[in-house]
Amino acid sequence: MPVHTFVLNGERVSVDCADDVRLLWVLRDLLGVTGPKYGCGLDVCKACTSHINGKAFNPCSVPVADIQPTDEVTTIEGLPATVGRSLHPMQEAWLDHDVPQCGYCQPGQIMAAVALVKEARASGRTITDADLDGIRNVCRCGTYHRIREAIQAGAAQM
Amino acid sequence: MQDGLDDGALGELTRRRFMGYVIAGPTLIAAAKLGLFPAGTTAMSPVPTPDQISDVVDLNDLLTNAAKPTSGLITVVIERDGSASFAMPRCETGQGITTSTAMLIAEELDLPVDKVHVTLADARPELMFNQATYGSNTTISTYTPFRVAAAVARRQLLQAAAIELDDDMTRLRTSGGHVLAPDGTQLSYADLAERAASTVTQPVEVTLKDPSQFTVIGTPQKRVDAVEAVTGRERYAMDMDVAGALPTMICRAPTVNGTVRAVRNTAAVTAMPGITDVAPISTGVAVRGQTFGQCIDAVRALDVDWGPGPVDGESDATILARLKAAEIPLAVPSLPAGARTVEKLFTFYWKSNSALEPQTAIADVKNGTAEVWACMQTPIYAQQMVAQQLGISQDAVTVHVVTGGGAFGRRMFPNVAVEAAEAAQKFGKPVKLMWHRTDEFRYGRVHPMCISRVRATYTAGSVLSFEQRHTSVATDYTMALGEMLSANGAKLVPLGLGNFLEYSQSVFETTTNVPYNFGAVTQALNEIMAWDTFNTGSNRNLYNPDVVTAVELVVDELARLMGQDAYAFRRTFLRDARARAVLDAVAKKGSWGRAMAPGTAQGIALHTEYKGATAALVEIDARPQTTSRPVADGVTGPRVTKVVFAIDAGLPINPLGLEAQMMGGIMDAIGQVLTESLHLRNGAFLEGSWDNYFYSRQWNTPPELDVIVLPPTTGEPGGAGEFGVAATKAATASALMRATGQLPTEFPVNHNRPLGFEPYPTVPSIPQSPTDGLHHTY
Repeated sequence: MPVHTFVLNGERVSVDCADDVRLLWVLRDLLGVTGPKYGCGLDVCKACTSHINGKAFNPCSVPVADIQPTDEVTTIEGLPATVGRSLHPMQEAWLDHDVPQCGYCQPGQIMAAVALVKEARASGRTITDADLDGIRNVCRCGTYHRIREAIQAGAAQM
Repeated sequence: MQDGLDDGALGELTRRRFMGYVIAGPTLIAAAKLGLFPAGTTAMSPVPTPDQISDVVDLNDLLTNAAKPTSGLITVVIERDGSASFAMPRCETGQGITTSTAMLIAEELDLPVDKVHVTLADARPELMFNQATYGSNTTISTYTPFRVAAAVARRQLLQAAAIELDDDMTRLRTSGGHVLAPDGTQLSYADLAERAASTVTQPVEVTLKDPSQFTVIGTPQKRVDAVEAVTGRERYAMDMDVAGALPTMICRAPTVNGTVRAVRNTAAVTAMPGITDVAPISTGVAVRGQTFGQCIDAVRALDVDWGPGPVDGESDATILARLKAAEIPLAVPSLPAGARTVEKLFTFYWKSNSALEPQTAIADVKNGTAEVWACMQTPIYAQQMVAQQLGISQDAVTVHVVTGGGAFGRRMFPNVAVEAAEAAQKFGKPVKLMWHRTDEFRYGRVHPMCISRVRATYTAGSVLSFEQRHTSVATDYTMALGEMLSANGAKLVPLGLGNFLEYSQSVFETTTNVPYNFGAVTQALNEIMAWDTFNTGSNRNLYNPDVVTAVELVVDELARLMGQDAYAFRRTFLRDARARAVLDAVAKKGSWGRAMAPGTAQGIALHTEYKGATAALVEIDARPQTTSRPVADGVTGPRVTKVVFAIDAGLPINPLGLEAQMMGGIMDAIGQVLTESLHLRNGAFLEGSWDNYFYSRQWNTPPELDVIVLPPTTGEPGGAGEFGVAATKAATASALMRATGQLPTEFPVNHNRPLGFEPYPTVPSIPQSPTDGLHHTY
């Protein structure tokens, strides 16, 4: 089987796996990185949201063969290290606002929030209500309102 | 603990004095009977005619009564580091009971909350009816016993310190994990953990703290498991690493509960990349492989000859006709002269109670034993069902309860554990069995479709009668009290009448009510079809989101017909001061009656249950620019712009947790009114993803949301987990009526509009994952 190599949470990894297996299963089932969650496998629920080269993406919808050796994949486990801290400011905002209930969607929510704030900032603006309305990550516990508050607070600390 | 000591039926000596136990062990182990509960709150009494059954004995009384005879003990252990450990015989699925339980123990033990470690107990069959997590009953049924166990531990620590310090116990006090002497000497619980240990098991008497002394209970407490959640370290069943337990999925029939006749290509699928095993099981064809992705490929490649299911040919329209034909006639006889009638019929379509973490179970079956891991609301039942499936004894099955990624009733039935055990036995290998998201919508448990007819008669100033007939596809209550004795009772009678007579009807009668002085009030349930025809189950708040919505919309109609303001009308006719207080709270905070732009409006409603009261004030925007706003891969429609919600929970344990639960219920309610349902067509549900089943997302989140937790009223905690849904659902529907001028009678209101999605095929049973994820980065 082909060997795929890329940078995962700052470390180079190699995995022996068929080309078409989606990256989510490579992360979870073969590499044991379980922060990105399975919620649908259809790029709909966004529970697996992670970053590739600093941008948000959903590994459930990317064949591992599409990942290049130079690509840097960051999951929730690697997020704090991107700012050299034990917790990313967005994670701290989540704790301050006591956002999680069952917690299952929250890694994906946080990864989406960080990317959203960066994207807005790159275009020279701050997060708007329209941006928040556009977040597609499902939270079945209904923590949406606290998520909105936490994103605004986390953005202020990023 | 057959000590021969007369500790009363419940261990209660006086209102705050209880009997607990010290258990022999290496460090201090303190215990209480889980059945402990203050007497007087559970007494059955003749039902006076003006009261409805739920006024006298509600569902939570039944659940709590069921817990009483148990002799199994729950234990608080003081560890050598001075922390306390407690294996809670309940399941954490996001409702925050590990946090509230840590608070109860911390309060009585005078230990910081973060020094109390609450884990989930394995299935403990000796607990009988006492290890089920449902009915928003956890805090109600455990409030006293958990504190008693902690109080016993504190007493023993004091006693050990008294010996150590050669002082009198009564002169010592506890604070922050230390025993303090009058002269300032202190001993930490770590110092005392072993010294307080007992070599024998013995009963001891303790007095619980007076509520006026509470420093933890009633204060806002952040979740004890939040760091695990935000770092991705929380381990759900799906994340657990059990040796050899490879990913396993099931290929399911094209119609609900269809059966496997034959698999035509077992060898070819077994030879697919990564696949190790393929075999039919009771609910479909199981495949096991190196990754779930390869299991998806295998499920899609299977060529199966499917037998029919029990509802092939049934659709929403045929079910609706059956429901209407099964309505119990209204009872109130001919009208007095001068009285008028209002009558409305409401239809509530199927709802999925899928959690975000799909059903998942790990099973290892070998040498006549089985070990399973899953999130389960009824683990003892799971143990029994797995034993029955495998043909081994119950004590050969170990059941580990794992924190769940949501439940909402979906984990009431431990079928996934049985499927995993069956597959593991067939394959002779451990499995980690997971449902695909599409499986959840198509074959998962649903809140059954139902209709609710309400008729009221009134004169100028009085409502003379108020009747409701609720008619529903049968709800499966065969999990009963969480173990097999009661479950068999529910199943025994032919056609599931046991399920109806013993459970559905009881649940309906003990949870529903009309909280107004409306003269002759009758509410009755009828069910169609046997309990196992569809895969149904209790959804968050059971009947009441639908029942209360129907009631409250007709209350609005009555107010309008009688020329009164909807809020003032309710105040006038309410029977209960607590209900009036929550209603007043939302009316005041939400500025009831304020001027609103055309196309926008307020609605108000209330709901009493769970030994408490709730009210909601909702503002909705139904203007064209809002209803036609673009939402990617979603459906639009009106938007709830503001919710003010008030709860009187009797005694709030953790106000912050209560707020969170109410917010969650509010999001459920908004989805149920506006966008969220399953469509049944020819024996199959059409929905297959969250882009088909329109549960609320950010685009439906109210920009303004305010939850008011009222100060303690009764001194006893009520239920929380399900309490946010019904009042909000009714108030949202009420607001929509005012904004549009049309009474909504179908829920969700968009159900019979053109489908907002293209359904996935039913064969193969699950869709393939996309491959274009790198085109959608941001």
